[in-house]
Amino acid sequence: MNGSEALLKKLKENGTDVVFGYPGGVLLPLYDSIYDCDIKHILVRHEQAAAHAADGYARASGKTGVCIATSGPGATNLVTGIATAQMDSSPVIALTGQVGTPIIGTDAFQEVDTIGITMPITKTNFQPRDSSDVPKIIDAAYHIASTGRQGVVVVDLPKDVLENEVTDEDMDAKLEIQGYKPNTNGNPRQITKAIQTILNCKKPIILAGGGVILADASKELVEFATKANIPVATSLMGKGSIPEDHELSLGLLGMHGLESTNNAVTDCDCLIAIGCRFSDRTTGKVSEFASDAVKIQIDIDPAEIGKNVDIDIPIVGNAKIILEKFIGEIDGVNHGDWTKQIVSKRWAYKPKYNFGCVPFKPQECIKEIMEAITPETIVTTDVGQNQMWMAHYFKTKNPRTFISSGGLGTMGYALPAAIGAQVAKPDEHVLAVAGDGGFQMVSQELATIKEYDLPIVTCILNNRYLGMVYQWQVLYYNNRISQTELAPTPDFVQLAKSYGIDAVSVEEIGKLKENIMEAFDQGEARVIEVKIDSSELLPMVPPGEKITKIVGEYKQEE
Amino acid sequence: MTNKHTISILVENKTGVLQRIAGLFTRRDFNIDNISVGKTSVENMSRITITTYGDDKTLEQIIKQLNKLIEVIKVREMKPDQTIRRQLALVKIHAPTEEDKSEIIQYTNIFRGKIADVTPKTITVEITGNPDKINALIDLLRPYGIKEMTKTGTTAITRGQKTL
Repeated sequence: MNGSEALLKKLKENGTDVVFGYPGGVLLPLYDSIYDCDIKHILVRHEQAAAHAADGYARASGKTGVCIATSGPGATNLVTGIATAQMDSSPVIALTGQVGTPIIGTDAFQEVDTIGITMPITKTNFQPRDSSDVPKIIDAAYHIASTGRQGVVVVDLPKDVLENEVTDEDMDAKLEIQGYKPNTNGNPRQITKAIQTILNCKKPIILAGGGVILADASKELVEFATKANIPVATSLMGKGSIPEDHELSLGLLGMHGLESTNNAVTDCDCLIAIGCRFSDRTTGKVSEFASDAVKIQIDIDPAEIGKNVDIDIPIVGNAKIILEKFIGEIDGVNHGDWTKQIVSKRWAYKPKYNFGCVPFKPQECIKEIMEAITPETIVTTDVGQNQMWMAHYFKTKNPRTFISSGGLGTMGYALPAAIGAQVAKPDEHVLAVAGDGGFQMVSQELATIKEYDLPIVTCILNNRYLGMVYQWQVLYYNNRISQTELAPTPDFVQLAKSYGIDAVSVEEIGKLKENIMEAFDQGEARVIEVKIDSSELLPMVPPGEKITKIVGEYKQEE
Repeated sequence: MTNKHTISILVENKTGVLQRIAGLFTRRDFNIDNISVGKTSVENMSRITITTYGDDKTLEQIIKQLNKLIEVIKVREMKPDQTIRRQLALVKIHAPTEEDKSEIIQYTNIFRGKIADVTPKTITVEITGNPDKINALIDLLRPYGIKEMTKTGTTAITRGQKTL
């Protein structure tokens, strides 16, 4: 068995049956082995998409996603996708080709220092210098990517390492990692202290982040919130951790959060943050963020505790395990009128749509999307206004069904992430929501969708602008619209059709919904362009301001 | 309040570990005042000593972030009163006269340094000790004219029976 075969065998052993990749010179041995192995290979059209697809696959399924790119430009094209996955703690293994060990360091053809480049944007990275090290390094890569705070592991594979012999003995070898021992159980004393605090406080709020979803702790979150009668706000990454039509759900917090939610968190006397890293987009001005609250933070990563916000009661551990302990100790807490009052404010708040406007208002699009899909439908979003409209108005019901680039804010994410999600969940409907800007960064992946017959529905909210940046220019740069107008945009219908994908541009109310449902019914990919009103701006909290200082308003239903 | 801290890090002795640690300091905007690396008595394990400036919050983050690196086995802050800290300096001083040379040798002896080299116009002094002691000698030698100087990073070990 050679290095390539050993590698593929190890992928299989670790539960991987699909990889997303793009071949190249130094990967010839690997692709030769892929030729007759039973791991499915999805050929993307750009390596960035391979990384996003592996990431989308991981987020939709909870399994570790794997992507492959060749050395040099292949590896550098992966970088954006690697950083995206790492920022949102998505378990991904990126396999990169490298020139042969005898010529490493000589500026050989397509040589780049992948280890050096990816060091600051991965959980860790490896470069086996000997074929015999491949099996144990792959096992370690899976272990590290999928445990503790999940993340990205890069394995850089020199060509000769893929070619040389690996023995059966090598297959059983284990890599000693002395320094890596994630703590999952939480300190019992801190847990007791947290429970006492929760029982004694008057105005508690739970802030659920992506960590709840990563720990598959949504069921426990809802059970705890219900038992303790505490309203739940979410960060962008926490969307779906509690069904957003649940009576205790407060929806999104932060820069583009709901006003009622931002006010509630500001007023609370006890904030229970679970798997949330207090990004500046969530907290606004840190010194005025829930400043009267006792803060409890549960996180698997000790370095997140107290990093951005000072914490009174830290608990290092897995969200599911800690919540189970909470559930065992807390039952039927009375916080007076607080919960009722906070929850009623949220539920009195209903976004108002400007029905019947042409061009469409984005709110109307989201309303139609919600009406067209089921709670199981996986929705991926791009980055910018489209993402924030979705984050604000769209009600996610199940974990792992709202997939979005939070930390890095990567334009072009929606389409390739949808490819990964669809491959992970072939029986579910997948909808990608993108803006015209982000879509144009990755539109070549329509070819991948066609080739593998993936029934992904892509909705392009076309406002002919880089909407979010345009919005900041309007609000904070005196209307000086610098380089954010994307005219002319291509004819998206023609573009999609040239890839053999059904496409339509909708201008009539109800047609978006109708097209989504029809495409899902037929089980075929479709691109639906909606020209939306480019003058529609999102209300927001100015960067660095307190989260109650919202500029503009989300229109409410009369 | 910004203070000086000495941090001792046990790491796996692998290629790129120093780059990982230095890169972490750069990326997270932590400061490295000085750094020294060397092998330990255990095979495949190295010890890195870093002195840094920062408030307590920054120090906490530095330690936590270092702990996240897979190759890092242990991280400790070295408390100043329980730590032996040593540095080595080599200082080449302008000393054209016998009088200069004699004075420099006297100072060096007082500080338990060594004369490493002498030429008609210069004298080169070798000194080890805690960083304050080295700075004190350098201050004394400065008026003669320091032609060249090099210092190692601080290395440190805990006083008493305790080990990292």
